[in-house]
Amino acid sequence: MNRDSNVYTVVYASVMVLLVAVLLAFTSQSLRSFQKKNEDNDKRQQILRSINVDVKADVAETKYNELIEDAFLVNENGQKVDGDAFAADAAKMFNEKKYPVFIAKVDGQTKYIMALYGAGLWGPLWGYIALNDDKNTVYGADFSHSGETPGLGAEITRTEFSGQFAGKKVFQGNDYKSIAVVKPGKSAIGQDYVDGISGGTITSQGVDLMLFDSLNSYVNFLTAK
Amino acid sequence: MGLLSNKNKAILVDPLSKNNPVIVQMLGVCSALAVTSKLEPSIVMAISVTAVVAFANVIISLLRNTIPNRIRIIVQLVVVAALVTIVSEVLKAFAYDVNKQLSVFVGLIITNCILMGRLEAFALGNGPWESFLDGVGNGLGYGLILIIIGFFRELLGSGTLLGIQVIPQIFYDLGYVNNGLMILPPMALIVVAVIIWVHRSRNKELQED
Repeated sequence: MNRDSNVYTVVYASVMVLLVAVLLAFTSQSLRSFQKKNEDNDKRQQILRSINVDVKADVAETKYNELIEDAFLVNENGQKVDGDAFAADAAKMFNEKKYPVFIAKVDGQTKYIMALYGAGLWGPLWGYIALNDDKNTVYGADFSHSGETPGLGAEITRTEFSGQFAGKKVFQGNDYKSIAVVKPGKSAIGQDYVDGISGGTITSQGVDLMLFDSLNSYVNFLTAK
Repeated sequence: MGLLSNKNKAILVDPLSKNNPVIVQMLGVCSALAVTSKLEPSIVMAISVTAVVAFANVIISLLRNTIPNRIRIIVQLVVVAALVTIVSEVLKAFAYDVNKQLSVFVGLIITNCILMGRLEAFALGNGPWESFLDGVGNGLGYGLILIIIGFFRELLGSGTLLGIQVIPQIFYDLGYVNNGLMILPPMALIVVAVIIWVHRSRNKELQED
C-alpha cells in the first residue's frame, strides 16, 4: 500500500472524519440530558442572584420553586402571551417580541424579574434585573456573558458590578430613562447611573445598551396598573 | 520486557521531573498561567490534559503505520480535537461550574504544545503501551506543576484550598491580608519561575552556562 498516494490520503482523511463525526454525535446525544439539567440549574441560579439569593447548583431548583411564584411571557403591550418563560431562549424570545417575566416573593414582597439580552464586545450578554413592587426601583441584578475578556469585560458577572444597581430607578418621574453605565467618575444627566468596568468599556457600553433596549420592551408592562 | 521494565518506568517518570514539559521544556505555560488561580480548576485541567494526551498518544501510536505522511499533523489534530471535545462535553455534563471557570481553556487543550510535541516526538515512533505511559507521564508532569501553582495561588491569594477556608480567622484579625496579586496571571508566571529556580538548583545537570 502506497501511503503517499493521493487516493490513499483522501480516503484516509474521509474515513477518519466520518468516524470522528459519528463518535462526537453519539457522545453529545448521550450526555445531552445531564447537560440540560446543569444549564437549567445555572439559569435558576442567575435568576435567583438577581433577587440577591446566591445558592449552590444542587439546591437551585428547590430554592427557585420556593421563591419564584409565577413565570410568564408578555408582549410589548404588556399583555400576557402563551409560552414557557423559563424554557424560553432569551435571544429567540426578544426576536419574537415575547419577554419573560418572573414574579418572586421575597420576605412577603413581590419582585418583578425581567430578562435582559444584548451584545458585548465578543459575544452576547444577558442577565436578569429585579424591580420592587413599585415596578421602578431596582432590587437586584445579575449579568452573564459568553465570551468577554477575563479580568476586563468579564467582570460584569461580579457582584461588585451588579450590586451597584440596587436602589437605582428605571423611571424618572413618568419617563422611562433606564439606568446608565458610565465610565467610573463620570455621571449621567437626568437618569440614575452606575460605574462601568475600567478596561471593559465596550462591554460596559453593551450593558448600558442592553438595559435600555431590553427594559424598553417592558415599559408597557411596568407602567400598567 | 515487562509491562513496567526499567525503560518504561523511565518513560513514565522522567517527565515528572528531569524532563518536565512545563518547567524544563517550557511547553504549555500559557494554560498553566491561566487556569491556576484556584486549586480545583487546576486539578480538573491536569486530569483533562492527562486523559487527552494519554489517549491521543495511544490512538496515534496504533495508527502510526497507516497515517499518510503528508497529512499526519492534520490526523493528529483531528484525534486531539475529538478527544478534547469529548472531555469538554463530559465536563459540561458532570462538572458544569468548573467547566465555566476553565471556559475557553478546555478547547485550547487542542493547541497545547505538549500534545503535538508528544504525538510528533513519541507516539509516531513507539508502540501503544509505551505511548500510553509517555502520555500519562507528560500529563502528570504538566498536572503536577499546575497543582503546585494552583495550591500556592489559592492559599496566598484567597486563603482557601478547594474553596475551604484554611487560613484561620485569627490571622486576619491580627492584620494578615490575602495577596490579591496572587490571583492575577503575572504572579503565576513568578510562581513558575520560582519552581524552575528550585528545580534547577537541585538538578545541577539542567543548569545552562
